[in-house]
Amino acid sequence: MSTNPTPSGQTVGAFDVAVVGAGPAGLAAAAAAADRGKTVVLVDAGAQIGGQYWRHPDERAPRGPEAEGHHDWKLFTELREKLRRHRQMGAVVLLPNAQVWFVEPTAPADADDREGGWTLHLTPTIVGVDTAEATPRLVVAARLILCPGGYDRQLPVPGWDLPGVMAAGGVQALLKGHRTLAGQRAVVAGTGPFLLPVAKQLADAGATVVAVCEANALTGWARHARAVAAVPAKVAEGAEYALALARHRIPYRTRTAVTRIDADPTGTKAVQLAQLDAAGRVVGPTTTVDVDLVALGWGFTPSMELITAVGAQTRIDVDQSLVAVVDNSQRSTTPGVYVAGEATGVGGALLAVAEGELAGIAAADALEVHAMRIRRLRARIQRLRVFAAAMHQAHPVPARWHEWLTPDTTICRCEEVSFDSVCRARDELGATDVRTVKLMARPGMGWCQGHVCGFATAKLAAAAEDRPLTVEDLRPLAKQTLCAPIALELLAQVTSKSTDEAL
Amino acid sequence: MTRHPKTQAGPRTVEDGGTSVVHLTLNGQELLAHPGQTVGAALVDAGIQSWRTTRKNGRPRGLFCGIGICYDCLITVDGAPNQRACIVPVCEGMQLSTTAAPVDAATDAPNDGGTKR
Ligand SMILES: Cc1cc2nc3c(=O)[nH]c(=O)nc-3n(C[C@H](O)[C@H](O)[C@H](O)COP(=O)(O)OP(=O)(O)OC[C@H]3O[C@@H](n4cnc5c(N)ncnc54)[C@H](O)[C@@H]3O)c2cc1C
Ligand code: FES
Repeated sequence: MSTNPTPSGQTVGAFDVAVVGAGPAGLAAAAAAADRGKTVVLVDAGAQIGGQYWRHPDERAPRGPEAEGHHDWKLFTELREKLRRHRQMGAVVLLPNAQVWFVEPTAPADADDREGGWTLHLTPTIVGVDTAEATPRLVVAARLILCPGGYDRQLPVPGWDLPGVMAAGGVQALLKGHRTLAGQRAVVAGTGPFLLPVAKQLADAGATVVAVCEANALTGWARHARAVAAVPAKVAEGAEYALALARHRIPYRTRTAVTRIDADPTGTKAVQLAQLDAAGRVVGPTTTVDVDLVALGWGFTPSMELITAVGAQTRIDVDQSLVAVVDNSQRSTTPGVYVAGEATGVGGALLAVAEGELAGIAAADALEVHAMRIRRLRARIQRLRVFAAAMHQAHPVPARWHEWLTPDTTICRCEEVSFDSVCRARDELGATDVRTVKLMARPGMGWCQGHVCGFATAKLAAAAEDRPLTVEDLRPLAKQTLCAPIALELLAQVTSKSTDEAL
Repeated sequence: MTRHPKTQAGPRTVEDGGTSVVHLTLNGQELLAHPGQTVGAALVDAGIQSWRTTRKNGRPRGLFCGIGICYDCLITVDGAPNQRACIVPVCEGMQLSTTAAPVDAATDAPNDGGTKR
């Protein structure tokens, strides 16, 4: 296979398999492929492996027991140890601090070389960090396993751009990665089981959690008793959190949302908690609490830029996220590209690990060799998927959430686009689809490239026509020519043909 | 800058970690951090929630996503503007500045995800 060097930089290759993302899915995928004799390059934008679930303090500067605040930590240390051994043997190359900003099919060396594989374009996530190895510009591999995970899904509310209002996952990332408390008095709000560990971890670290506000009623779970019973570990985890909340005397309020946040000059935030009906309309009495931290989370949304970059087909999942279409061996619709973890549908770390292992075995062409293991993995994935679907159905995004917004509510934080401007683009300029809304009012055009406001902007476009979200609503905001912001200098050096075409 | 009620300079949790401390400055004022922390975590530990204002409306901002996605936490590090505080690790002697650096008007092509120091 050709390594297609360009004048612009150093190429590393050719590997049998390139894995993007060193979270639960990517770690399992890399280990599974290397276990089967393949050479693997594992790339992650972060400084160390673990992804979002196993985010932990810098291994070179430990802060208390590593496992503190973690679930399934033993599974992580086993994967880490396995990869360490593979790295020692030279079967796995780990590239941390390396962002994949562009993916393209590798130009075939000759006409017979039909499966040329994939070229990943990399840039250091932060230049100037002391990493063991310099980040190569290009990585070439025959097969690609994409495990890019996701991030907190957000719904704008008035005041959500005030300092001290954070994504629930970000609050947890500070605790897990740095043992840092983002505030002393907190409200945790949004929907889904993830609010519970955030509240518990805040309280364990010494904060006062004045309320956990869950927008939905828990009765939504009742219809899914069988799906829940099939994964006893999740039931035990739920019970553990319920106990912890009771022990810390944290009120858990269902059908309640943060509908407005105001701050005084000292930074204290007056947070309005409102009672909702099943559709998410404010129906009941509103109370106000004073806090210095608001943690908001409406589930997670997958990072889809790499999946769209390779041209793989996408679909809308139960939770209205755009996700990759994969078959029962984690193969995407693009030949040679496998997807595992949150990018195939948000479903938690254990599902990500199972999918990663399956993808690794499939990419190593070893499905038949391990028929028994594959059957077990598929059954496990199926169980966890059913559970995830139950969770999504029990914790939907409130349909009428946009009724909480005021005209001056910020929708796009980067470009400071207000709700009013989005409405005007629609009502006065005729922008009924997301692409036109984006062009007219500019949400999703700033630094974060719609990662934060993309879902909400799509929801507003769909809500205006009173219809559910479609792939067409989400894909324009998920598809970026460049998968990560890069220095223009770097872009100028890339001379490959497909880059020119794409730009 | 917004401070939340527990305003005290320096890391509050030194005892649970190593013994060494990293010295930073923020607009010339000394700040302490743990080795291995990010700039964002060090600022929050020091009771600081906000360190920049937005271009259009001058709204204060600090950490939001905490994982490098939202670009709300931008700060100038050793003279290099637009660094994500939530992912840049602290280094001994690092100089942080909240002075707004001139921003390229063409923000639709964000230009410095990976930056020089
Ligand atoms: C902040 C946060 C906290 C979370 N905490 C929990 C929790 O406590 N419990 C729980 O059950 N679930 C949690 N989740 C959900 C969690 O993400 C998943 O359950 C699990 O981590 C999924 O594993 P994954 O391997 O699919 O993705 P992730 O763990 O998200 O890993 C994806 C990796 O891909 C890398 N990556 C993405 N794009 C690129 C690119 N272009 N170039 C290079 N690298 C890239 C990222 O740096 C990341 O390390 C959290 C999610 C977030 C966002
Ligand atoms: S807090 Fe979102 S990028 Fe730093």
